[in-house]
Amino acid sequence: MSNLQVSVYRYNPETDSAPYMQEFQVDTKGRDVMVLDVLHMMKEQDSGLAFRRSCREGVCGSDGMNMNGKNGLACITPLSDVVKNNKLVLRPLPGLPVIRDMVVDMGLFYKQYERIQPYLQNDTPPPAIERLQSPEERDKLDGLYECILCACCSTSCPSFWWNPEKFVGPAGLLQSYRFLADSRDTATSERLSNLEDPFSVFRCRGIMNCVAVCPKGLNPTRAIGKIREMLLADAT
Amino acid sequence: MVTNITSFGRSGLSDWLMQRVSAVILAIYTVFIVAFLLFNPDLDYYAWSGLFNQTWMRIFSLLAFVALAAHAWIGLWTVTTDYLKSTRLRVGVQAVIILGIFVYLVWGIQILWGA
Repeated sequence: MSNLQVSVYRYNPETDSAPYMQEFQVDTKGRDVMVLDVLHMMKEQDSGLAFRRSCREGVCGSDGMNMNGKNGLACITPLSDVVKNNKLVLRPLPGLPVIRDMVVDMGLFYKQYERIQPYLQNDTPPPAIERLQSPEERDKLDGLYECILCACCSTSCPSFWWNPEKFVGPAGLLQSYRFLADSRDTATSERLSNLEDPFSVFRCRGIMNCVAVCPKGLNPTRAIGKIREMLLADAT
Repeated sequence: MVTNITSFGRSGLSDWLMQRVSAVILAIYTVFIVAFLLFNPDLDYYAWSGLFNQTWMRIFSLLAFVALAAHAWIGLWTVTTDYLKSTRLRVGVQAVIILGIFVYLVWGIQILWGA
């Protein structure tokens, strides 16, 4: 079997005037390894190749990248899922500034996450032990709390590409709804009033790229729809 | 909270609702006009002007014109804020769009009630 042809985005702002694609030949010995394994094989050939990784099992969210045109986590994406005609093209997450090679500056992404105040706010006196939820109230948080903030969804969203400083993006909005839906949070109306402008939520056009790429199988578009419903109920 | 002064309703929620309501109005109007044309294959001037002489049709048409104006404003405003990053160019294009929509709306009213 012939070697896998891998084309990787390279850019070192200290030495390169412009980004370029570097070709690699990787011998996977016919095994269906993960894309992250291929990156490590390439790093053995060229130790200068920079990429982020940590847990290598789809929990930390460090190695989000664009593989043959689709965002995903390199560590849990087998070659058989993405490789076509024995070719693999690896690029950094689209729309964010590149620091070096596959490493992007996530500053804008985190800024939008911070904006939705991703923590419980409750203005009632703290109980002696803990704030209880019924099983039904807890069920509402399923499909929301599992987000690992890998940014695969937000960086596949054209609305986030064009207005990353104004549109919260699917990841931030999923987390926003996670706190809007939480029975223990009492800041609902303040949260909603921060979202009713034409950009923060409403720049979503519902194309569902976020749903298509989420490595955890979450549905930000549905969460955004729920936020819209809450805004409408609150304002009419 | 992101402030904005050139969007239709100054609020994302009101623009979003208006975009959907106007879309429904335009859909009903389009279906009505297409059905009217299909059911009157040999349409002449008198039948066409007779339709538009009726008050309910003028109200229905004006409603559709206003819905179209709002729909176009909201939609094109969104396009300009997505793709035009130069403030001078964006504000200029938005002004031209809003002015154009105003002219078409007044012209439409004149055609409806002028005859």
